[in-house]
Amino acid sequence: MESKKTLPGTPITGTEWENDVYSFRKHSVQLRYAWDAGSAVSGFLEGLKEGRILGRRCNRCMRVLVPPRAFCERCFRSTDEWVEVKDTGKINTYSVSYVNNDASRRDKPLIVAVIEIDGASPGMGFLHVLGEVEPSKVHVDMKVKAVWKPRDERVGAITDIKYFKPLEV
Amino acid sequence: MTKVAIIGVGYSGYAPLTPHMSFKEMMFEAAKRAYTDAGINPRTDVGSFICCEEDLWEGISITDEYVPDQLGGAQRAVCTVSDDGLVGLINGYMQIKSGLTDVVVVESHSKLSNVVSQGDVTRMSFEPYYERPFLTAETAVALEMRRYMFERELDDDIPAMVVAKNKKNGLGNPRAPYSAILSMDEVLSSPMVCEPLRKAHIPEPADGCSVTVLASEEKARILVDQPVWIRGVGWFSDTPWVSQRDFSKAVYAEGSSKMAYKMAGVNTPAKHFDFIEVDDSYGYKELQHLEALGVYTKENIKRAVEVGETDLRGPLPVNPSGGKISLGDMVEANGLVRVVEAVLTLRGQGPRSLRGAKHALVQSWRGPPTASGSTVILEV
Amino acid sequence: MRRVAVVGAGMTLFRHRMLETGKEMAFEASRMALDQAGLDIKDVDSVVLGSAPDAFDGVHMKGEYLLDGAGGTRKPYTRVFVGGGTGVFVPIAAWWQVASGVADIVLVVGEEKMSPLLPHPQYAFWSIFDPILERPLGVTLLWIFSLEMRRYMHVYNVSEEDIALVAVKNKRNALDHPAAQLAANITVDDVLKSEPICWPVKRLDVSPTSDGAAAVVLASEDIARRITDDPVWITGVGWNVDSTYWTNRDLCYPEYLEKAANMAYRMAHISDPKKEIDFAEVYDPFDYKELHHMEGLQLARRGEAPKLTREGVTQRDGDLPINPSGGLLGVGNPIAAAGMMKIAEVFWQLRGEAGKRQVKKPVRRGLAQAWGDLMQVGTVVIMER
Repeated sequence: MESKKTLPGTPITGTEWENDVYSFRKHSVQLRYAWDAGSAVSGFLEGLKEGRILGRRCNRCMRVLVPPRAFCERCFRSTDEWVEVKDTGKINTYSVSYVNNDASRRDKPLIVAVIEIDGASPGMGFLHVLGEVEPSKVHVDMKVKAVWKPRDERVGAITDIKYFKPLEV
Repeated sequence: MTKVAIIGVGYSGYAPLTPHMSFKEMMFEAAKRAYTDAGINPRTDVGSFICCEEDLWEGISITDEYVPDQLGGAQRAVCTVSDDGLVGLINGYMQIKSGLTDVVVVESHSKLSNVVSQGDVTRMSFEPYYERPFLTAETAVALEMRRYMFERELDDDIPAMVVAKNKKNGLGNPRAPYSAILSMDEVLSSPMVCEPLRKAHIPEPADGCSVTVLASEEKARILVDQPVWIRGVGWFSDTPWVSQRDFSKAVYAEGSSKMAYKMAGVNTPAKHFDFIEVDDSYGYKELQHLEALGVYTKENIKRAVEVGETDLRGPLPVNPSGGKISLGDMVEANGLVRVVEAVLTLRGQGPRSLRGAKHALVQSWRGPPTASGSTVILEV
Repeated sequence: MRRVAVVGAGMTLFRHRMLETGKEMAFEASRMALDQAGLDIKDVDSVVLGSAPDAFDGVHMKGEYLLDGAGGTRKPYTRVFVGGGTGVFVPIAAWWQVASGVADIVLVVGEEKMSPLLPHPQYAFWSIFDPILERPLGVTLLWIFSLEMRRYMHVYNVSEEDIALVAVKNKRNALDHPAAQLAANITVDDVLKSEPICWPVKRLDVSPTSDGAAAVVLASEDIARRITDDPVWITGVGWNVDSTYWTNRDLCYPEYLEKAANMAYRMAHISDPKKEIDFAEVYDPFDYKELHHMEGLQLARRGEAPKLTREGVTQRDGDLPINPSGGLLGVGNPIAAAGMMKIAEVFWQLRGEAGKRQVKKPVRRGLAQAWGDLMQVGTVVIMER
C-alpha cells in the first residue's frame, strides 16, 4: 500500500455542493408503515392511556420485564402475566442533547434518560425525557417520577407521559 | 466434510393480515414451532442465527437489531443476510460445512400488511438515474414477459394455465391463503395491469414467517428420525441493470442450479427430481425457470405444460404447494417458505400423490427488479 | 475447516462527500485489492458485499444495486448486514464460503455512501429506533452514544480528559493514512472545548459521516500459497448480537463483544489476549468506544483502558498499539467501509506494508473489531502471519 501516493476518489467540497457544481438527481418519497403493535405492546399502550405502567412477568426467571414483551428472551418462553409497576424510578444514565435528528441545533437542550422503573426487575429501564430540572442538577441514580398528560389527552402512546421530573425526597 | 440436513421447520401467518401479532410475536410463534419440531433449545443448542430481511420492508433501518430476542438469539451469533431466505439457508449450510458450528437457525418473514406504501418502497429499488424515472415493478416485469413470450412464441394461454394449475394445487395446501379454482379464461379476463401482465398473474402480498433448523450429520442423526439432507446449493446474480438483460433467460436460475447440480452430482435434472418448487411469479416465470434449471428445454416446455406434465398428478409435479400465486408474496421469506413446503412434502405431509417422494429441488428468485436467485437440492 | 488467507486489499479515499457513486467506489476498492493479489475478476468464485442502511443511498435492496460495481455480475453474490458491525462481519461471511469448500477465491467489499441523504446523513438514524416506543420521543442516534458514554464514565470513574486522549491519538495517527478525512494534530483541550452535541459527547469526540469503500480478497490455502509469498491467515472469527431491549442492559460494559471475542479467541487458540494479540484495530466511532471495546475484547481489565491510554501503551510505539491507522476518528466513518479499512490495516501491518503507520514492535497477530446496532453487536476477526 506504501506505493499508493493517492487513493482513488474525488472529494466534493461543501461549496461545490452548495453551488450545484456537479449534477445530481433528487428523489423525495414518503414511506408509510402501520406497525401491528401485537399483544404485549398493545397492553402496554392501553395501560399508558389509563395512567399506568405495565410490565410482564416470566414465571421461570421471575423477572418483571418493562417494556413488556410476549416472550422472555432469556428463558425463551411466553411470559405469564401482567404486572403493574410504579411510575417512579431512578436514572440509570442520562444525556443532554443540543441537536435534532437532522443534525440542526435545538433551541433548547433536551435531557434524555434511561429510567429504571420501580417495581420492575433491577436494571429494567426505558427511554424517556426529563423535565422541570436543570441539566446541571441531573445525576445518575437520581429519583424521578412520571408527569402524565391529563386523562382526556392520553391516547395510548409513550408520549402519554410528558416527561419524568425529580422526586423530592 | 460433514453432510448438512434440515431437522426442523416452523411457520406462522401466511395470511393477508395478521393484526393480532407484532412481527416479533409472529417470529416467536414460528420459531417455537421449528424448535419443537427439531427437539432443540435455542438458548443452548444453536451456534448461529441467520435472518433474511430488508430494512425498507420492515420500516426499520438496521433491522437485525430487532430479531434476536424472539428467536432465542439474545447474546448469540446473529446476523442478517440481505437476500431471499433461501440464500440465508445456503449461508447456514456453509457455516455448518465449514466446521464453525453444528446447528444453525435460519429465519425470514414478511409483514407486508404493515407496509402502507408498498409501491413506493419497490420504486426505491430501481437505479436512481436511468431506471427509476420510467420503471415500476409491473412495467419491468411486463417488458420481460413480452420478450419471453415473443421468443418462445407463446400465446397468452400458457402462462394463464400455469396460474390456474398452481391456484388449484394450493387448494390442497392448508397454508395457502390465496388458492382458488380459477379457470384459464378467468385469468385472461382479469384486468390488464401493464400489457401483457394481468391482475390475476400477480401474486398478492401476504404476512408470514418461516423458520428452519439446520444441523450437521452427527447432530441430525441424534436429534431426529428423518433429516432432510441438503445435497447441493447455488446462488447467482445477473446484471442489476434491467435494460441490459437477456429477457428470454433466467440467468440466475441457470447459474445457481449449475452450481447446485455439480455439488449434488446431478447430471440429468429432467429425470432426477420427484417434484420441484420454483418461483412461479406471473405464470411465465415458472416456464422460464424450468428451462433455466435444465428440466425442460425451450423446445419442449410449452408442450409439457399443455399436456399436463407439470400438474400435481403428472410425471413431474411443479409447485405442488400452490406456488407463490397461492401462498402469497412474502418478499424475502418466499424462498424459505418454499423450503418448508418441500420439507413437509418429503416427510410425507404434503399431497397424497407425493408420499414416497425422495428428491426435490427448490428454486427462488428475489423478485423485481432483481436478477438474483438461488437453488437448493433436497433429499430424504 | 480449510485454512483461509487474505491475499490483497484496497480502498478509496474517505471523504464527507465524493463524486463517485456507490458502484464506482466499490469498483475502485475491488480493483485495487485484485491488483494487489495479482488476480482478475474472472478468477473470483464469489463476491460478498457489506453496506449499512439502505436509507443513506435512497435505494431499497441496495445490495442488488451495488452488485455490478462490486464485481458480482454473473457470479454468486450476497450482501450481509449487521449495522455498524458489518465492516468486520463481511470478511467473516466470506471466510465461511472458503472454509466450507464452496468457494476458493472470494472478493469482499465494504462500501458506504452516506452523503446522498438530505438534509444530513445523521437523519437516517432515527429510523433504527422502535417505531412505537422510542421514535415518538424524537430520539436521535447521538442519544444512545451519549447515554452509554455517561454510564461508562459513571461506573468506572472515567473523566472526559481520559476519553479525549483517544481522539488526540487517533487523529494524529491518521496524519499518516492516505485515505484520511479528519487527520489533525489536536490537544485534549481542543476536544474538551469543542461544542457539545449531546453531552457528554462533543464534536471532536465523534467520527464524521463519510463516503468510501474498501475491499480484500480471500483465498483458500493452496491458492494463497500459489499467488503470494506472504498470505495473512484468518485464524479466528466471532460475532454476537445482544437483546434488542438496550434500556434493560447495563451499558457500562459490552458483554456481547466479550462473547464475540471469546468465540474468535477459542477458534484461534488464544487464552490470554493481552499477551497474545500484538496490536488491534478497535472500532472507534466515538473516542470513549475505543476504551469500552478494549475492555470488551479483554485487552484491558474493566475500567482499566483509560490507564493504558494515559501511559502510552496504545500508541504506535507502545506495547499494545490500538488503531495505528488513525481509526474512524481520524480516517473517517463510511460505516461498512470503515470496518473493512480496519481489516485492510491489520493485513498491511502484518505484512510490514503500512509505511509511516507501521507499529514499532514486530507483529505476528492482529485483531480487527467492529460494533453497531443499538449498542448490540460485536464482530471480531483475528489474523496471523
